[in-house]
Amino acid sequence: MSGINIGILAVQGDVAENILATKMAIEELGMEGIVTEVKTPEQISDLDGLIIPGGESTVIGTLSLVNGSLKKIKEKIASGMPVFGICAGMIMLSKKAKDRVVGEMDQPLLDFLDVKIERNAFGRQKDSFESEISMDKIGIPKFPGVFIRAPSIIETGKDVEVLSKFNEKIIAVKQGNILGTAFHPELTGDISLHKYFVSMIGKN
Amino acid sequence: MIPLSGDLGDTKGVVKEKIGSFSTIRGTSTLKRGFAHMLKNGVVMDVTTVEQAQIAEDAGAVAVMVLDKLPSDVRKAGGVARTASIRIIQEIMDSVTIPVMAKCRIGHVYEAMVLQETNVDMIDESEVLTPADENRHIWKWDFTSPFVNGARNLGEALRRIEEGAAMIRTKGEPGTGNVAEAVIHIKNVNTELRRIKSIYDAGDEQDLISVARELKVSYSVVEETASLGRLPVVNFAAGGISTPADAAYLMTLGCDGVFVGSGIFKADDAKERAQAIVLATTFWEDPDKVKEAQKMIDERQSMLGLDTKNLELRMQERGSTA
Repeated sequence: MSGINIGILAVQGDVAENILATKMAIEELGMEGIVTEVKTPEQISDLDGLIIPGGESTVIGTLSLVNGSLKKIKEKIASGMPVFGICAGMIMLSKKAKDRVVGEMDQPLLDFLDVKIERNAFGRQKDSFESEISMDKIGIPKFPGVFIRAPSIIETGKDVEVLSKFNEKIIAVKQGNILGTAFHPELTGDISLHKYFVSMIGKN
Repeated sequence: MIPLSGDLGDTKGVVKEKIGSFSTIRGTSTLKRGFAHMLKNGVVMDVTTVEQAQIAEDAGAVAVMVLDKLPSDVRKAGGVARTASIRIIQEIMDSVTIPVMAKCRIGHVYEAMVLQETNVDMIDESEVLTPADENRHIWKWDFTSPFVNGARNLGEALRRIEEGAAMIRTKGEPGTGNVAEAVIHIKNVNTELRRIKSIYDAGDEQDLISVARELKVSYSVVEETASLGRLPVVNFAAGGISTPADAAYLMTLGCDGVFVGSGIFKADDAKERAQAIVLATTFWEDPDKVKEAQKMIDERQSMLGLDTKNLELRMQERGSTA
């Protein structure tokens, strides 16, 4: 295929690391494509795939609402564009989020991923951790999980496939064209998950 | 992947433990620096009360920094400025979902310990407070919690990174409402980075060694930084930011985000100003959006501010030679 167009939502958070990991993934898969920062509805409308990176979900949500990006992302996901939400990005994709300490949240969400999320589920920054996890269902038996003030999924709808668990906590899911992880693959040197996402776009 | 230059690996702050059937590790440079990466393109706001913290969160702050007094009041009050009341820090941690940071005095290992036990998300070893040990900063590798430190130039920044800082911010001149010093500091860092990058690109190892001696930092950290052409950790602007245009200007100079101290809650339009500064930081590349943000504030409501030339107390000089 010629030239897929992948965007990294560049409102707030660790955008650059995702650009790098996605570019490497495209190259390793021997595909053609570009990876760019996207902020505006116009930039988003041209995409074949989108990554919503880690950051603060309240900030990313509020600011994407302000400039109309949130609405455009919703349209694109509804039309089948693959999207990968990482940590805050996964919270953004979900239908419902609550905070471990503060409780129910009223923050702008994309309302697609049929899960209920607990924010900061593992505790505060001092409790952030690294651990080797596995995603056997998508052919990644070992992966370096980097969990930073990470969320977890506490309820899943029937169309949600659980890809990985940390003890009892759900940490990676897939629902059709939506991929979500509680951990940060872009902070590691392992690009297998980004390669998996790029392949999802390739097949689309 | 993020740069791990200067990482000492298995230090005292690194904790290995088994959770259920998983082996885990906490306090690594990936986790500490990674946390700072999540703040990029965001605004960290100084707050002194729960109400201010909630205003900051609602405005789109990426984190709050808890102080006993805002920097301009620290300046006015004189005396010794110490870490904030733990009770207030805890109340704020229980009322907002964004990360909560707090300041400790330069070199005050035990104030930092107390903040780590309180479970704040990041500790700012800050020149706004009265230094406890100006000759020796905290050895931050002993901590599981990440630290941010101020710097006026590349040497200070790299020495703090060598001590384990996971994030750097310019010092600026806190509590003045005057952005001039922050501008100088970020430009200093940029100029010096360009210089060592060009030495690195020329392959002049001997010159790079003399730079390491001049900056009083290890050769390996200088070499890795030179190869990157930027600091190996996230770098924010701080000190004197008062308006959306101030924030946007510092973003154009290559900062990863901004800290706003007295600028918001010493202004009479704090709520609007907090939102406006967030908008300007996010959309700094679009002058029209920054203009819209600037329109949200009223210059007559800005803090009066101080000329940084004739100050009795220059906070930025605290701990700068170490």
